[in-house]
This record gives sequence, structure tokens and C-alpha cells, in this order.
Amino acid sequence: MTALHADTLAGLAARLASGECSSVELTRHFLARIAVHDAGLNCFVSVLEARALAQAEAADRRRARGEAGPLTGLPIAHKDIFCARDTRTTCGSRMLERFVSPYDAAVVERLDAAGVVTLGKTNMDEFAMGSSNETSYFGPVRNPWDPTRVPGGSSGGSAAAVAAGLAPAATGTDTGGSIRQPAALTGLTGLKPTYGRVSRWGMVAFASSLDQAGTLTRSAEDAALLLAAIAGADRRDSTSVEAEVPDYHAALDAGRGRLRIGVPRAFFDDGLEEAVAVAVREALAEYERQGAELVEVELPNLHLSVPTYYVVAPAEASSNLSRFDGVRFGHRCEAPQDLLDLYERSRGEGFGAEVKRRIMTGTYVLSAGYYDAYYLKAQQVRQLITADFARAFERVDLLMGPTTPTPAFALGAKTADPVQMYLNDIYTIGVNLAGLPGISIPCGEVAGLPVGLQIIAPHFGEAALLGAAHRYQQATDWHRRLPAAYA
Amino acid sequence: MSLTNDQVRGIARLARLSLDEAEVAEVADKLASILGMVDQLQATDTAGVVPMAHPLDAAQQLRADEVIETDHREEYQRNAPLTEQGLYLVPRVVE
Repeated sequence: MTALHADTLAGLAARLASGECSSVELTRHFLARIAVHDAGLNCFVSVLEARALAQAEAADRRRARGEAGPLTGLPIAHKDIFCARDTRTTCGSRMLERFVSPYDAAVVERLDAAGVVTLGKTNMDEFAMGSSNETSYFGPVRNPWDPTRVPGGSSGGSAAAVAAGLAPAATGTDTGGSIRQPAALTGLTGLKPTYGRVSRWGMVAFASSLDQAGTLTRSAEDAALLLAAIAGADRRDSTSVEAEVPDYHAALDAGRGRLRIGVPRAFFDDGLEEAVAVAVREALAEYERQGAELVEVELPNLHLSVPTYYVVAPAEASSNLSRFDGVRFGHRCEAPQDLLDLYERSRGEGFGAEVKRRIMTGTYVLSAGYYDAYYLKAQQVRQLITADFARAFERVDLLMGPTTPTPAFALGAKTADPVQMYLNDIYTIGVNLAGLPGISIPCGEVAGLPVGLQIIAPHFGEAALLGAAHRYQQATDWHRRLPAAYA
Repeated sequence: MSLTNDQVRGIARLARLSLDEAEVAEVADKLASILGMVDQLQATDTAGVVPMAHPLDAAQQLRADEVIETDHREEYQRNAPLTEQGLYLVPRVVE
């Protein structure tokens, strides 16, 4: 019998449906796990015990009335970037330390309506700017596989919470790899949907042309269950797309035809650690054994995705974060001398070092005289990178490669040099620039640390993406492994 | 790529960020290294390439011009650092 905290959402849903346990029992189990284990990991910024138990009781009543849906009564955690009414939403920042959201994010609203229980809000890099969860005002998160290492970021709290069995699944956001990279580093399935697939309403904005909400789960099947609930157009986010939402769960076993998998040569560059390359190539061989055809493809401009991103994302961030002015909400400095002093000191005190660097990078590249050389140039290269992907998808169904160049690195290893930290996202950022869906699934271990396989599909190809991930997970058991200390 | 401390102070002023002197030197160093990395873009030939602003090539959706929001001022102002009679208070601007 699988322990409750080691089970998948699909497994727990079956246990709720059969009456083996109630939502209140399940919720208490995870709240107790959080109480015991979170002090050592720092996954949660807020634990919402009373709210969670009230939601669980409501879910049990709903089930008793015969009105339960596929997710009713399942507990999850939300990244603390999603607003949840009457609860604190900090975005990992001192700026929002005391911000109590007056409304629900679309993602929260939809999952609440499905009867999902919110255990708490998870720690993250400040304003989602980071790849290690070390920029959080609330302190770093530790990787359950090795507490001296980072869990990745920016959705590091969500990843560590699921990996340690403190929640069976969690939401995340992915602007340059912030779901896929922590999923890879903690042995989880991390899904970043197509840009526009999920409403960004109520999700604190970082870089609006790149941000997308998604999930961190134990399996592709669980990702399909959650995506079905959160996908779809929302008039409050004008970039959400009016495309039909397929039955992702039913599609898991569909399309069993011969897959053509593109393997971008650019993903196997000098920066890729050899042992990671070996694990990824073994996963590709598994697909080949299942009948897939591997095709080498070129993404000639992919190596420019990190510099392109570090113009586009900071530019958008500097604009988005101008709303934090110490006047309407957020941190305000003591005794401002005048309005300018109020703005400058409230922002200077409220933002951490990495956020300030990004705001200043963005301000610089957008400033008079530099706009064409940086911002316009980056938008042009973004077009070239996107065209590379489109050309590859004329020949293949999916692209596959590593999610990250290395397994989880040590806390503090990359904090001194921001560029080294940024290069960690070299394989994930292109997907955001092109607006494509991507997923990371565990495909091996290097010295006891998980390794992620990244799968990329054309726009709105989530069903194919999840189907391919599910197929691999039916033949392998990497996704079922738990760190020994939390088994 | 290098930036002087004065340039950094100028960017901070535009961004409305107070920085102490230790931060100025630190930011000058790190911003220079980030912009140095970004400079790789300059070598790419982008003549005639249309700049890409949005990943889906989508047009802005339109809707009827109807009132769909209600007044939430009181609720929203609970998050404000300082208000009085429904107004946000800031230091005196007009003498």
C-alpha cells in the first residue's frame, strides 16, 4: 500500500472515491507532514490550516451529496505568486510581506471551484527572479534530496514541498524555466503550458509576454488532471487564448502512433554535464525502443536565448514593478521627506538585490539612446529563435533534450555571479521566448540527485506532450522515487 | 563593458530606487557583467527581421464597452500604508 504522501493525485482521488479516506483525513495528514518537516526545508511562507480544513470539510460534504468532481477533496499548495482571497500573497518579497489579497487568482478560483484544498502558499525566488530559491526574502528552500543543495527556482518551495511529500502537487509559474528547472532538480513532473493557455489573472506579473502558470506533480497523469481544471480563456487576461481545452486525461493514452522526436544538437553542448547527457540519451533510447524515430535537428539561434531573455524579461519587469510605489499597497519607508524620497526608499528597502539588478537592467535597456541597440535587437533575435522552433516542428512531433545542464547545485555556489546563475536556464528559456509548452520529467539520477528530461511541443500541443511523458512513465519508475529522508 | 558609479546612480534615479554607496559599486560590477553577456546579440544579423512583441501573434481582443467592475475602494485600501477619508496620503507635493 502506497503511503498517502507518496501517492499521486490520481491515486489519492481513487482513495477518496472508494471511501478509503476522507478529504479531512488527507488534509490532516499533509498538514502534519508540513508541521514535522517544513522547518528543515522552508517550503512554505504561509500554512493555511484553518482554511484548508474548512475546504476539506466542504469537499467531504460535496462528495456525500454525490457532486464530487475528479479533483474534489485533493489538497495542493499554491506558489505564493498567486493571489488567494483574504490570505497573504508575498511573492517572496519584503515589498509584499504584509499584502493580503482582496481577490482570488483565476488559477486559485478554478481549483477552489473544483473542490481542491489549499494547504498553504509556497516559498519562491523574490518576484520569481531566480533559479535557486536563494533570492527569497523568506530565506532559501532546501532540496529534499540533499539539504546542502538548492531545489531550483523560482518555484523552489512548490518543488521541494511535493518532492518531500508535504503536498501531493503544487502550482508554479514559468517565465524562463521556473517550473521545469526545479522539477528537474527535485525529481518531479513540471508542466509549463503554452503562453495564453492558462489565465494570468491574479498572478503577480514579472515579464508579461513570458509568464505562464503551470503545475509540479508526481506524474504526467496528475499534470493532465490539474491542467484540465486551470486551462481556458478568461476575459480578465486579454492574452489568454480562446482555444478549445481538450480532455487531457483521455488524451494520455491516445495517439500511440510512431512519434518523430527531434533532438536539438544545441541541447548537447559543451556546458552539459556528461552524466546528465548519459541519462537523457538513455531516456531517448527508451522512446526508440517504444517505436519512436529520433531525428537530429538544428536550433541555430538557441545559444542566443539567454542574452535575449536578459533584455526582454528585465525590460518587462522594470515596467511591471513600477506599480510598487509605497502608496497604494506594499512596503512604505518611514518618514519620507518628499514624494521622490517616498518612492526611492520604499522601493530601495522593499526589493532585494536581484530584483533591483533586474529593474536596473530593464531601465537601462529601455532608456533613451539604448532602446534600438538592446530592446529592439532582442525582439528581433526572439523572432529568429521562434522561427527556429517552427522550422523544427515542420519535421518532428516533439523536441527532447535535457532540462538543465547539471543536477542540483550547492546553496551559495552561484550567488556571487548572476551570469553563471542565468546560464543554468540555457535549455529552458527558448521555450518561453517562443511561447511553447514544455515539460520536465525525471529520467535518471546522478550521484543520488534527479535528472530531468525536457519535452517540448508546438503551440497548444499539451495533449501530445503529456501523452509522451505518460508513455515514458508507464515504462519507467524514476517518477515514483522519493528522497529517502521523506519516504 | 563597464559602468561608472555615476551611470549607475543615474539608472537608479530613473528606476526610483535608492541605493547606498556599497550597493552602487556592487551593482556597477554586476550590471556590467550582465550587459557584457547581453552584448552577444550585437553580432547577430537581424536586418529586415520583424521585432517580436508577443509569442502568439495575437491581436488585442475587444469587448463591448460595458461596466463590469464594481467599486472595491474600501477593500483595496486595507492594503494601503496610509489613507484618510478614502484618499491615499503622500508627502505634501504642492506648497
